[in-house]
Amino acid sequence: MARERAMVPKAEFSSYYGRPVIKAPIWHEPNMPLYLYLGGVSGACAVSAALEELRAEPSRRLGTLARLGSALGCATGAIFLVTELGRPERFLNMMRVFKPTSPMSMGSWILAAHGGLSAVAAGSAVTGVLPWAGRSAALASGVTGPLMSTYTAVLVADTAVPAWHEARRELPFLFAGSAMAGAGALGMLATLAMPEEAAPVRRMAVLGAALETVAGAVMERRLGALAEPYRREPLMRAARLLTAGGGALAALSAVPARRTGRTGRGALAALSTLPSRRTGRGGRVAGMVLAAAAAAALTAGAVCTRFGVLRAGRASAEDPAYTIVPQRERLAAAERDQVSG
Amino acid sequence: MSERMGFFTDTSVCIGCKACEVACKEWNDVPDDGFVFRATSYDNTGALGASTWRHVAFVETADNWLMASDVCKHCTHAACLDVCPTGALFRTEFDTVVVQADVCNGCGYCVPACPYGVIDRREDDGRAWKCTMCYDRQRGGLEPACSKACPTDSIQFGPLDELRERADERLAALHAQGRSEARLYGESPGDGVGGDGAFFLLMAEPEVYGLPPDPVVTTRDLPSMWRWAAAAALTMAAAAAASTTWRR
Repeated sequence: MARERAMVPKAEFSSYYGRPVIKAPIWHEPNMPLYLYLGGVSGACAVSAALEELRAEPSRRLGTLARLGSALGCATGAIFLVTELGRPERFLNMMRVFKPTSPMSMGSWILAAHGGLSAVAAGSAVTGVLPWAGRSAALASGVTGPLMSTYTAVLVADTAVPAWHEARRELPFLFAGSAMAGAGALGMLATLAMPEEAAPVRRMAVLGAALETVAGAVMERRLGALAEPYRREPLMRAARLLTAGGGALAALSAVPARRTGRTGRGALAALSTLPSRRTGRGGRVAGMVLAAAAAAALTAGAVCTRFGVLRAGRASAEDPAYTIVPQRERLAAAERDQVSG
Repeated sequence: MSERMGFFTDTSVCIGCKACEVACKEWNDVPDDGFVFRATSYDNTGALGASTWRHVAFVETADNWLMASDVCKHCTHAACLDVCPTGALFRTEFDTVVVQADVCNGCGYCVPACPYGVIDRREDDGRAWKCTMCYDRQRGGLEPACSKACPTDSIQFGPLDELRERADERLAALHAQGRSEARLYGESPGDGVGGDGAFFLLMAEPEVYGLPPDPVVTTRDLPSMWRWAAAAALTMAAAAAASTTWRR
């Protein structure tokens, strides 16, 4: 309904030779979207690493993997971030100020804290040096991690770009879901050979995919005409399919790995021709194949989401209709309020 | 802190000579912005940008020619200044907004933050650039190059309070002449950016000149954005905790 209403005034707005009113984001591909992906994954890995420390019987393998994912994601993401700058040699200027009005300033400090904690946690896990420091760092990175995965949504929403600014409520949830799906997918790949350890990362992948899918659907519904740039962006459509499909596959991959026949019945089993009743060799291999396919789809989906959000934002900035028409509607609504009030 | 200085650009007397564009380039040593023949009007500059700090718009309507010299608005609530993560952008003693070229690291955040599409990154140089309202000339007690060069006084420079009074008088005079299409743009401290340090008298709707009809500083919504992000971060932590196998 919102879509139909908003399509009407688009035909009757005036502009300066169809030129954009605002400047489109100048952030480059692949740097910026890959940073969003890697930073998000790093944050979700850090949460896993912290939770592993809180468990009664921590798994050393899962804990080390999560710490490594957090540190590597953060480090490679930071490289993409620095090379994105117009003057990379001045990247330390980000540390000149602490500025709450700038999400990029806050993000730089979050990144610095998160990167340091992740590096200490991973270094300790790999070398075995100072286990108490590694444990403390891993626990602390459980706080910086969720900030790391969501601050980037504030970063893009805090612009004049219509498709970003108006999506400021849902983007943090979209990014959080995408981060969990991405990290869960990497965890599934890392635990392919040890399916008995895979349950937490698989659940994280499924929950992340669900959160991303719901946030995306709510966002497009609420945005009305401003959802068009997202709907028209092929990478965004691909991301929706890959994430939802990957999440479903991840859920399915649990079926053959289960030990009893209890999950062998019903829709899940009907969907799969796999030997789900027994945990024979065949079941194990089928579970691995499904898990690998799910991880590939979820990773592709998480990456496509970040590229898609950048491209949809750019498209909404480049078409003056998305800037002018909502502002005109806002003015008209204010005028109506004045008349009736 | 001295008085707040500003520009009042009265487009009703602009003749489209582009002396302001030229004077700005000359004084500020701004490089060329490409030699493009746009084939839409007498305007081949197109828009403000990293290497275009004054831009004369040209619109041919059914009954007249509209010309307007656009410039950085030096907003009261400046989004570029708010989002700059290095402190390169700062507010001067004249209440104008200026980029320090020796600090800017070219992060590009100010570019999509500006609701007017003014500031931009010069790609061969890597830093963000825009109008400084001739900060150097002002410090030397001179008026900016564009207003100095304007042959019709379409661009007027002075203390903002005086300019606002002058603009009100000019608007009343135009309305008395029956020019009901005349309107002020960016003069009101009550608008979405708290009023512009550089405001305009326009002879048509702002979007006709490429200006946004109701610009809002994006950081006005920042507190709510952080709240939504905090909710998402907590959701994420809770979902991760729910994923964990707490007991075997």
